[in-house]
Amino acid sequence: MTIANILIIVSISVGVLFSVVTALGLVRLPDVYTRTHAASKSSTLGVLAILTGTFIHFWIVEGIFNTQMIIAIAFLFITAPVGGHLIGRAAYISGIKVSEQTVRDDLGPAVQRKKKRFALSKKPADD
Amino acid sequence: MRTNDVMLQTVTKVVTFLILMFAVHIFFAGHYTPGGGFVGGLLTASAIVLLMLAFGIRTVKKIVPINYVVMTSVGLLVAISTASASVLFDVPFFTHAYDYFDLPLFGKTSLHSALLFDVGVYLVVVGVTMTIIQTIGEDE
Repeated sequence: MTIANILIIVSISVGVLFSVVTALGLVRLPDVYTRTHAASKSSTLGVLAILTGTFIHFWIVEGIFNTQMIIAIAFLFITAPVGGHLIGRAAYISGIKVSEQTVRDDLGPAVQRKKKRFALSKKPADD
Repeated sequence: MRTNDVMLQTVTKVVTFLILMFAVHIFFAGHYTPGGGFVGGLLTASAIVLLMLAFGIRTVKKIVPINYVVMTSVGLLVAISTASASVLFDVPFFTHAYDYFDLPLFGKTSLHSALLFDVGVYLVVVGVTMTIIQTIGEDE
């Protein structure tokens, strides 16, 4: 009983801590891309830790093996980083500037080449 | 410019089946736990909308060749016939019946005629949502 309580307390505290770190990162970081990084990584881990804590609580203390929790953990683990990736990619392709501290930009030349080829080929826009 | 959507398409191929599975589960769990026909229909429609976002509307029309207006009318017909079947047994309109059966795999289960009404609600919700989204999305 006490070991289960310690597990629940530790996992939910880790989740809340990571959520607080996510909020701090959304306020403090300078750029769309760094903020997307903070929001997609640490908030995913925070929500996963909170869900794991509630799953352990219902499994050991209440005696209910809740399979929806496992499905929710897998679903969030798959989808939240892809959401962050898509937000960052859409921001870059629509032309939002990176911050001044950036030292490398590998996607920029590729996007420029693609736009040049697209302008040369004179095809209609294929959305 | 056409962007490269490999990430979105690969994740969609996995996640759509998760959403459809969860929709079926929540449709059948509606009698004793939260859920039911309305939420299951909305989840199914959201899975199809995710496919449309990843692969385009024309491709999804080839994959799922369903006329959603016909689907809505079939759902209304199922609901009305379930409600009016009680008139044949000399009980008031919309009276439901249930009984316990011994099914081979599930054991003792209670089959309720409200499930058929929920099938009608499910079909109406999926049909109306997909009709709205297709009508808005096709401005070519």
